[in-house]
Amino acid sequence: MTERPTPPSQSPVHPPSEPEVAPAAASTEHSMIAARPAPISRHGVAGWLRSRLFSTPLNSVVSLITLAVLVWALTPLVQWALIDADWIGTTREACSGEGACWVFISARFETIVYGFYPESERYRVDITLALLVATIAWLMIPRLPAKRWVVIFALVGFPVIAWLLLLGGHFGLPAVPTRQWGGLMLTLTVAIVGIVGSLPLGVILALGRRSQMPLVRSLSVVFIEFWRGVPLITVLFMASVMLPLFVPSEVEFDKLLRALIGIMFFWSAYMAEVVRGGLQAIPRGQEEAAKALGLGYWRRMGLIILPQALKLVIPGIVNTFIALFKDTSLVLIIGLFDLLAIIRAGLTDTNWLGFATEGYVFAALMFWIFCFGMSRYSQYIERRLHTGH
Amino acid sequence: MSTPPIERTPLWRRPAFRALIIQALLLAGLAALIAMMIGNALTNLEARGITTGFDFLGERAGFSIPQTLIDYSGDSSYARTFVVGLLNTLLVSGLGILAATLIGFAVGIARLSPNWLLARLAAAFVETFRNIPLLVQILFWYFAVLQALPSPRQSLSLLEAFFLNVRGLIVPAPVPEPGFGLTQLALVAAILAVVALGVYARRLQQRTGKALPVYWLGSALIIGLPLLVFVASGSPLSWDVPSLKGFNFSGGITVIPELMALWLALSIYTASFIAEIVRSGIQSVPKGQIEASRAIGLPGNITLRKVVIPQAMRVIVPQLTSQYLNLIKNSSLATAIGYPDLVAVFAGTSLNQTGQAIEIIAMTMAVYLTISLVVSALMNVYNARTLLKER
Repeated sequence: MTERPTPPSQSPVHPPSEPEVAPAAASTEHSMIAARPAPISRHGVAGWLRSRLFSTPLNSVVSLITLAVLVWALTPLVQWALIDADWIGTTREACSGEGACWVFISARFETIVYGFYPESERYRVDITLALLVATIAWLMIPRLPAKRWVVIFALVGFPVIAWLLLLGGHFGLPAVPTRQWGGLMLTLTVAIVGIVGSLPLGVILALGRRSQMPLVRSLSVVFIEFWRGVPLITVLFMASVMLPLFVPSEVEFDKLLRALIGIMFFWSAYMAEVVRGGLQAIPRGQEEAAKALGLGYWRRMGLIILPQALKLVIPGIVNTFIALFKDTSLVLIIGLFDLLAIIRAGLTDTNWLGFATEGYVFAALMFWIFCFGMSRYSQYIERRLHTGH
Repeated sequence: MSTPPIERTPLWRRPAFRALIIQALLLAGLAALIAMMIGNALTNLEARGITTGFDFLGERAGFSIPQTLIDYSGDSSYARTFVVGLLNTLLVSGLGILAATLIGFAVGIARLSPNWLLARLAAAFVETFRNIPLLVQILFWYFAVLQALPSPRQSLSLLEAFFLNVRGLIVPAPVPEPGFGLTQLALVAAILAVVALGVYARRLQQRTGKALPVYWLGSALIIGLPLLVFVASGSPLSWDVPSLKGFNFSGGITVIPELMALWLALSIYTASFIAEIVRSGIQSVPKGQIEASRAIGLPGNITLRKVVIPQAMRVIVPQLTSQYLNLIKNSSLATAIGYPDLVAVFAGTSLNQTGQAIEIIAMTMAVYLTISLVVSALMNVYNARTLLKER
């Protein structure tokens, strides 16, 4: 279609805002628009500072106040913990008294890791720890194969090996009763037994809560709500003073074992709620399709529903693990010597009075490293499994 | 008409029958377990010479408690110990919930600040405190910070009225004089008036579209009215200012260091979780909502108040409640530093003295369980009310 020359009188079809075709704008006066200043640079250090810290007057004030608070808080902290600190030595005389005395920690580092485990047998703890690190590393590195078998090993094989190795009394290994366990090793034992025990129990409870059978369902609900409604301390008290009443007096009930049972029940209730969240997110059609294929209940759950549901709630499970790990410190209240309790016991050593700050800061740092690591891993997994948009 | 006989499913393969059998077995197993436990407990208790029952509650407790909100002495009964402990638990929980909410909301909003430094500082706060066990934090505040404070004679003081030392924080105590009741009455009246004002303002807006400045009017009422009555009735309130007498302070209210340590640790720990909840709640409001609100010409603060906050609250409140419950349950860690809460005085000292393990643990658990269940029930009501009304 060729363009017909239109007389200027017909121009109203054009929007009046276009001056070059508007009839009145036939004037020849053209002038340049005055040059505007270049946009503020958003690149480089200056641009970054300007856009992130000093974009408005209020923002600048906030930045300066925050900076002042940071300097005010961090300078003495760094001075105390690093610059003025004493690092080398084995006795109290090595402490100059100006900054932190980390000699307090290094002098009793062995006890902090192994507790009262006999010195000649500590290689057993080392082996178990190495095995644990290897298993976890295998599971965490996505490229390594045979994950399924490693999971089975982690959940079944490893606990049995660790139990045989640490407790001893078989295969020529001298027995080491649990009252000699302590420190980081005990903390890890409690955490791992709690994790390995509460996950399967939690899955069963979650399935029970969604069961068609009224008795199974109501028992699961009561169990879950009971444990979730009480503090862990009362559970540990119950495990240490009430549980022995419920078994025949001949049965010798290990203190550690009682605590472990309490911790396992307590966390399984939390785990059950996490897993239930995943089960609820699976569309009903999945189960109906599995039913249509003629699969029985356990196959439907084991092959279709649970693999999808558990994958969905991995972040929630890891968060529960983190909470469990932090709460292992509570066993000190019933007289077990975990990482925190061993450090506390060191504080009452008459040769080393007055190092409470160092002790608690170190304990906090140890727990922080484990928990922060786990939370970062959980975020990584979340991103990796996030296949939506 | 005769159809060929259908092959009937054998009884033991029918789901209904199986369900019945499984449940019957479960019930029988459970009953056997409980019966065994009760049997064992009775034998064991008899062997230890402990009589079961709640008679011990009337006996004389015979130990003193450093902080009591009601009258209590060594002559009081175990039942009174229970009440004292419960009140102390509720006190520290209430204070903790208040502080944790304030800090948590501040930090959560700071994390979303466009100011990089502030946002990072808030993130560092959250990551530091939520990854350290609460027990470590409680012990740190108590043993490393508060126990390192100076003795009463070298107290840190503010305005010669507030003193901080190793025995705790000593603050002036208000002493109401006759006539102070009028001010309290005025406060109650002001609160009722604000409620009425809120209802009236909502009706007015629905009828005419006019909005009253409820926040300003309400604040003026709540602060102004009692103040007016207070001044008019001749300021009937004096302060009992603490002063150093010998080696200790007399007068004022002493906040014991155990309470301070527990309060600090509980507030900061829970605040780090609340901050994350607040952040995720605000971020859960779709951007389109804010853009749409701007597009219909609502100004920024109305957008925040009427569009963002109501939708964010729907995400925040249920999680916030569960954090409050966690805080109440976590306050039981008081026993580690000797703050006289329910677990410390009742499940601790009283249990050791009487040996009534089953009764005492059951009573303690029942308290926490009741709080949990009541709050959960209220939460369900809230959830049902704020549920998105979908077709």
